[in-house]
Amino acid sequence: MLPFLVNRLAQGAVILVLVSFVAFGITAAAPGNAMQTFIDPNIPPAELRAAQERLGLDRPIHVQYLRWVREVAQGNLGYSFRTGRPVAAFVGSRLGPTFLLMGTAFALTLVLALWLGTATAARPYTVLDYGVTGAAFAGISVPSFFTAMALVYLFSLRLGWFPTSGFEDYAAGHAGWRLFVDRLWHLVLPVTTLVLTGAAELVRHVRSAVLDEMRQDYVRTARSKGVGEGAVLRRHALRNSLLPVITLVGVSLPRLLAGSVIVETVFAWPGMGRLLVESVFARDYPVAMAINMLGAALVLLGSLLADVLYAVVDPRVRYS
Amino acid sequence: MTAAVASAAGAERRGRAWRRFGRHKPGVVGAVVLVLLAATAVLAPWLAPYDPYDLAMGPNGEIAFAAPPSPAFRMGTDSVGRDVLSRLLFAGRVSLTIGLVAATVAMTLGGALGLIAGHYGGTVDRVVSRFADAVSTFPALFLILTVSSFVAPSIVNVIVIIGFLSWMPAFRLMRAEVLKLRSTDFVEAAGAVGAGDVRVMRRHLLPNAVGPIVVQATLGVAEAILTESALSFLGLGVQPPVASWGNMLADARSITVLQSQPWLWLPPGVAIFVTVLSINFLGDALRDAINPRAGR
Repeated sequence: MLPFLVNRLAQGAVILVLVSFVAFGITAAAPGNAMQTFIDPNIPPAELRAAQERLGLDRPIHVQYLRWVREVAQGNLGYSFRTGRPVAAFVGSRLGPTFLLMGTAFALTLVLALWLGTATAARPYTVLDYGVTGAAFAGISVPSFFTAMALVYLFSLRLGWFPTSGFEDYAAGHAGWRLFVDRLWHLVLPVTTLVLTGAAELVRHVRSAVLDEMRQDYVRTARSKGVGEGAVLRRHALRNSLLPVITLVGVSLPRLLAGSVIVETVFAWPGMGRLLVESVFARDYPVAMAINMLGAALVLLGSLLADVLYAVVDPRVRYS
Repeated sequence: MTAAVASAAGAERRGRAWRRFGRHKPGVVGAVVLVLLAATAVLAPWLAPYDPYDLAMGPNGEIAFAAPPSPAFRMGTDSVGRDVLSRLLFAGRVSLTIGLVAATVAMTLGGALGLIAGHYGGTVDRVVSRFADAVSTFPALFLILTVSSFVAPSIVNVIVIIGFLSWMPAFRLMRAEVLKLRSTDFVEAAGAVGAGDVRVMRRHLLPNAVGPIVVQATLGVAEAILTESALSFLGLGVQPPVASWGNMLADARSITVLQSQPWLWLPPGVAIFVTVLSINFLGDALRDAINPRAGR
């Protein structure tokens, strides 16, 4: 296990370096730099050049890159062009709401997809199966912002059950238990949007994974020795079909992150995705690039976890 | 003689594939819907009752702002008095074109890189593969959004951005296919009789890898249409006054419109949904037709 982990971490490190090339390359390709944003137009050119030298902006690109890497490694992600605040603190303040949104959506997506995927695989080619498969096709074909708008229309504007947007009702000034309930209430529609899209994507894969296992010899053996259909499904087929599903879950993380951009924007959720959109509009590259790097790091971490989990769950997998 | 036998076998294989396709009912319906959508897009200038970019004046000289559907304006009008149906038709042209061209760019780029990486192997393969890994580590929309922040938002740039940042699945698929084919007898034989790299890639590898690539390309179009709509919805894609389904929905983001003017936000949303759903069904049917054992 340990050699595998070391090897996998090394691979991750290589990708991370390449990711930083891409990130730095894009920032370097973007027109304008920190100088042009902060400076007063009345400063004489000579002083500008001096400042440029002091900041190292006149150095060759690889020198600038190495300096950038050193700073990033020390936790300094630069300063926001827009607000002048340190990027790390700025982005950090938006992480809580994003993780709350994504974590909840992720957990519910898994539960829903596993449940529906197993149920349809247990009774393939029935009304339930066709219904779920059709709904899954519909789910992957609707843009998430349209789902969000339809949900707001139905549940906020028509029925008035949930708030149209926001993280909490600031005006009400709730605290303690009431604040928790209030936030939960605000969470319902954004999470539903993400779950509908995510589960639609996942459920078809769960179904075909379980269906594959149902055709295996050990399932026939289990049935022939009198194990009930429910136990065959849950204890044998589902457990074994979790293997391909684990990989898929790792892969679905980038999609969830991308989905958070749209959902946070529609619901005015104060998270990282919405900050990315704001930064992009304000051409605040340090913040936008930090969010890109963070997204990439999360995706890498997700795929690493999926691989480790895979090795833990499947005793046949021996990495060496 | 052998050529005749081979082509007869090929014809029969194609015949079977067509029959399998025909049995996939959603796929057939999807294909028909797509043909109709393409026709409305091509014929938009003749089908649209009004100028999509200008104040629409009905047959009796009536002008209406944010008015519900009526005999003169069958899908209603928007807040500046433009005809929604005309805008929807013209938006379809933009959205479908971007989807098709961006997916073609991505497929060509990914396919070519996959062919080269798979065929040459070694360092070339390692470098391109790791680069593909790095680019696909970013959540796709993150990079696309970031790049659109400093590129002038035009239709061409939207196509370029989406195309150049979504070639990775096509690359992986093509590379895997080539690796499978590379050790087959006919490819080795071609190399042995002196066919050059380009000839082997063009005549032997590419034609045999085309099936899965076609399926991937179909789904790529759906993906590209969704990405364009998201980008335009956020205001970073197709810019008004040019209409795309995504930016028509962006115009409808206010609570007032959402609550009381559904004719402004339902049609573009439904249009995207129907288009993407049809493409997904078509892709599924193609997958069944080309490789009956995959999936299900």
